[in-house]
Amino acid sequence: MLANEPILAIENLTVSFDGFKALNQLTFGMAAGELRVIIGPNGAGKTTFLDVITGKVQPQTGSVRFQGRDLRQRSEHAIARLGIGRKFQTPRVYLNLTVRENLDLACNPRKNVFATLFGRPSSGDKRHVVGLLETIGLEAKADLSANLLSHGEKQRLEIGMLVAQSPDLLLVDEPVAGLTDEETENVGALLLALAESHSIIVIEHDMEFVRQIARQVTVLHQGSVLCEGTMDEVQNDPRVIEVYLGSEQ
Amino acid sequence: MLPLLQGLFNGVSIGSVLLIAALGLAIVFGLMGVINLAHGELMMLGAYSTFVVQNGFKILGEPWSSIYIFAALPVAFIVAALVGLALERGAIRFLYGRPLETLLATWGVSLILRQFVRSANWPLLAGLSLLVVLFFGAWVILTRVLSPEQWRSRRLVLLLTNLGVSLGLAITTAALLWQTLPDDWVRPWFGPRNVDVTAPAWLRGGIPIGTFQLPYARIFIIVLTVLCLVGMYWFLNASSWGLRIRAVTQNRDMSACLGIDTGRVDALTFALGSGLAGVAGVAIALLGSVGPNTGQNYIVDTFMVVVVGGVGNLLGTIIAALVIGSFTFIIGSGAIALLLSNAEAPAALVEFFNFFATTSMAKVMVFAAIIAFLQFRPAGIFPPKGRTAEL
Amino acid sequence: MSSEVISRHQQQKRDRLLRGSLELGIIVAIVLVLMLVMPASLPAFRLKLLGRFLSLAIVAVGIDLIWGYTGLLSLGHGIFFALGGYAFAMYLKLNGPEAPLPEFFTLYGVDQLPWFWQPFKSFGFTMLAIPIIPALVASVLGYLVFRNRIRGVYFSILTQAALIVFFNFFNGQQELINGTNGLKTDTDLIFGQVVSSEAAQLAFFETTVALLLAAYLLCRWLTSGRFGKLLVAIRDDENRVRFTGYNPTGYKVFVFAISGAIAGIAGALYTVQSGIITPSIMEVAFSIEMVIWVAVGGRGTLVGAILGALLVNQARTMLSEQFPEVWLFFQGLLFLLVVTVLPDGVLGGFRRLVTWGRSRFASPSLVTYPAVEANPEIQHEREEINQ
Repeated sequence: MLANEPILAIENLTVSFDGFKALNQLTFGMAAGELRVIIGPNGAGKTTFLDVITGKVQPQTGSVRFQGRDLRQRSEHAIARLGIGRKFQTPRVYLNLTVRENLDLACNPRKNVFATLFGRPSSGDKRHVVGLLETIGLEAKADLSANLLSHGEKQRLEIGMLVAQSPDLLLVDEPVAGLTDEETENVGALLLALAESHSIIVIEHDMEFVRQIARQVTVLHQGSVLCEGTMDEVQNDPRVIEVYLGSEQ
Repeated sequence: MLPLLQGLFNGVSIGSVLLIAALGLAIVFGLMGVINLAHGELMMLGAYSTFVVQNGFKILGEPWSSIYIFAALPVAFIVAALVGLALERGAIRFLYGRPLETLLATWGVSLILRQFVRSANWPLLAGLSLLVVLFFGAWVILTRVLSPEQWRSRRLVLLLTNLGVSLGLAITTAALLWQTLPDDWVRPWFGPRNVDVTAPAWLRGGIPIGTFQLPYARIFIIVLTVLCLVGMYWFLNASSWGLRIRAVTQNRDMSACLGIDTGRVDALTFALGSGLAGVAGVAIALLGSVGPNTGQNYIVDTFMVVVVGGVGNLLGTIIAALVIGSFTFIIGSGAIALLLSNAEAPAALVEFFNFFATTSMAKVMVFAAIIAFLQFRPAGIFPPKGRTAEL
Repeated sequence: MSSEVISRHQQQKRDRLLRGSLELGIIVAIVLVLMLVMPASLPAFRLKLLGRFLSLAIVAVGIDLIWGYTGLLSLGHGIFFALGGYAFAMYLKLNGPEAPLPEFFTLYGVDQLPWFWQPFKSFGFTMLAIPIIPALVASVLGYLVFRNRIRGVYFSILTQAALIVFFNFFNGQQELINGTNGLKTDTDLIFGQVVSSEAAQLAFFETTVALLLAAYLLCRWLTSGRFGKLLVAIRDDENRVRFTGYNPTGYKVFVFAISGAIAGIAGALYTVQSGIITPSIMEVAFSIEMVIWVAVGGRGTLVGAILGALLVNQARTMLSEQFPEVWLFFQGLLFLLVVTVLPDGVLGGFRRLVTWGRSRFASPSLVTYPAVEANPEIQHEREEINQ
């Protein structure tokens, strides 16, 4: 794969629920290795956007291409195997498994029934898990069951599970919602570290946090891209100001 | 063509019974995500209430005995609603968010109710009332007397001891009464056999159409269903409780934050759904004799109505009930096979439909059809849409 | 410090080994008692009863696999149980004194063996059919349901509907499988022995114990390791599993089929030890009762499932021998109580009692959350890996 080839190319995407257009003729592209932040007011279609990429929602029209492959008509697990990992808005980890088991399930390279049944975790897998535990800072809690973790630790664990899948593209939905300032900073640093080897899309509301990590920002509004650019460009764009602050009548 | 029409009419009337029952099940399922396996037994209780009311009015003589049915409807509704209320308060509310466990708990209740009507007599009633009074009385007293910490730390032990003692006392009392009371008082009220409800004179017979007739009893059931539907629609969409029910159905946490007592909404809805099962019971009583296992004959069909209709959708429930009811009846009565053989269809096809032309075999075919239908519409006829659709 | 770490690591390893061998020892002891002591000490009638309970325990193990671990509540295991039972009974009919055409056929004027009876003349085929036919039925039903992401109570009531459909089918088809009357196996022959004879029954008992052990070990293996963790993950959050790249449908179909196969084997053993199989084995009540065995014992623990099946069935025998009317009340109460008060079953309750007793009477054990900052085990592993 060439570095300048777009990792994700979305054209004319439309999704409607009962006539309400959650996404409207959306066109979006991003290069491999990029860290992109998507912002937008409530109801702008941010989460639906991720739903379409990961196969949870089928679009009415438009195309979604990942590394040149069409993602439409593929189911969630097939898309995940292609190399797209997703983190949900609220942390979703397996509460009755330990941190280590959570990571181990995510990093299992062969995910069909019989490979999982007969395969033993290789020493490479084990090393991978130990490395990840270190990256997300949960070494000490590796053998605790996940329902004992704090909210921030669960967020980090889920990001760790994403990375364990060895995806090319990470989709991260509001990773710092409900975190303390210190935890927010930790997650930001973690994302920046990951950005060195992955392409990442982050959806976020917290502008402070966006400023910490953002290079390129895309603003969604009413299901379409409103504008794109660096943080400064976006902040000074009159359309963005209007959407966020309302126009002066 | 005529047998097909008659089959359709009979099917629709059976579908109407399913519809009243499914309506109750569906609003409870939409609200709490709970499937009540004792729903069929609540129908059965409604049918037995009809029987009791009928016998009571018989003593009063004419003209009362011909209008007992109008007294039976509210009685059946209230009996079933009260039992449902007790079920919700006594067990289901502790199982919120654990639908599979609720399924098992309600099955337990269903077993108890079935055995209850079989062996119901005065000693049993006395024992049961004593059990309820002792157990819940002690519960209330314990929670008052003990501090919350003490209560929480010993809850399990206390409750089990309480249950053990209450159960022991209740059983002893019942057994003593059983032995000392004269035979008349000990005889089971209903016994394990089926009892018959005779429709009042004005509901017998029917409107003749050619060589067939449309029985009045079935027309009555259809009218009753329409009334229930309209009432239900009005209640949900025009009353303040209906608004609350709809609010909690959509977002339980938010409703609780807005000051809606979700516990009371649950209890009320459950009672309402159970009451509707009772009304359905009156309808069953008009269709044929009733026994302790009557509810079991309808319950699975009722579930299928909810599955096919889609969650929380009145129109879907209506369509599903009518389609499943008439489909089952038409295939089961052999009308299609007859029609095909008259139309000189291929023998294999006639043979095929003849094979399924009994009530029980028709269910086999309907189930296959439902599974096939779910391949295209896994969430029912009118699936919920949008981002909230999937949990 | 590393020597200390290593010794601690070895300590843990030794602990694990010790616990493993303890478990193995207990299992071997129980199996030996069942296989050798019971037949010698119990009268034939009681032994037969115990054999029946043990075959029901086999079903319970299969149900625990799908309910306790994977979170699928099947209310239709009677189907698989009956399919296994009918398969065995058909073989016995075709090789007993009634061969080549079982007597009941003549009652309905059937003079030729229906086609689907033919292969059951063969012992080998029958032995394969007992687990495989139920597994196939389970796979098809499971695939059609799971593929559409129908789950939770929907799955449960669909399995119940399927059960009723199978019941109706077996009940209504007199000319094919003798309808309501079912198939009697008591007077049939197996390897030249009458099925109800003491020698044959002893053999069935021993087979039951052996197969219960096999079912236990199979499920034990399935629920440990990555596969078992994935089953728990599916129970916890199926969508997360999907977005991690696993297709839960395959896993669910697979365990449902395994569970069905186990139920089929149990059904065959139960049939020959009760001497008859009728469609009534597919009554709604019986299949739900299977679930309550697991719940009583403690779901999510295979031993609990076995224990629960034995306990509830023993209680049923005792109660319904003396007060047949009370049994249903008792069973209903059991459902209510277990679900509300003892969600982890007898085993879970026992465990809670032990912890409570320990905290009360022994030195309080240290709660290790939040954990000590550097876990020596991880340190050690890292060293080991980096070597």
